[in-house]
Amino acid sequence: MIRVQTGDFDVGAELEQLRRDNNGRAGAMVSFTGLVRDINAGDSVAEMTLEHYPGMTEKALEKIEQEANTRWELTASLIIHRVGALQPNDNIVLVIAASKHRKQAFQACEFMIDTLKTEAPFWKKETLPEGTRWVEPGQCR
Amino acid sequence: MVHLRYFASLREQLGTGEEQIELPSNITDISGLTRWLQTREEPWKSALADSRLHVAINQEIARPDAPVTDGDEVAWFPPVTGG
Repeated sequence: MIRVQTGDFDVGAELEQLRRDNNGRAGAMVSFTGLVRDINAGDSVAEMTLEHYPGMTEKALEKIEQEANTRWELTASLIIHRVGALQPNDNIVLVIAASKHRKQAFQACEFMIDTLKTEAPFWKKETLPEGTRWVEPGQCR
Repeated sequence: MVHLRYFASLREQLGTGEEQIELPSNITDISGLTRWLQTREEPWKSALADSRLHVAINQEIARPDAPVTDGDEVAWFPPVTGG
């Protein structure tokens, strides 16, 4: 399942829901949570705004999830990505992969977040003390 | 009509996020459409000259030689930075 939303998500509640949905079939669940950092490229970040391409975003996330389910035997998977204005320490993205064994779950989770970062149409804009700037790919450090 | 969309830093540079145009009869593909938009006055020429821009047709990533036809939605945007 995929979701794009402005509101926050509860990592614990999402993991618990997937655990219940697995109904005994999964032996492992791996999750990745992406957060807004307070400093990027040496500058303090007051706010981060996530822009996206409604429609294409959902298609891209569904394709990534389907590809993960083709490559690995998953019992459940989830991608949630937030859009709009976010503050440091806010949740940005949640990816969960559940499988019979941990290796498949680890690999599928990593694949989904890595692919999302290069293929899903989201763009980050930071508000710094000096003004705003668009984040460049690979600039985060 | 063709629905054109621009996102993120490109949208800000161009000062518009979307528009509807009649597809000129001599334009058949993405690169032709991009060149046609670049004949507008600045900032169109320089903003669309960025070789890192991606293009999508009907919300799927497309190559510069992909055909454009009436009714399509075509989007230009910078490299993505989500996650």
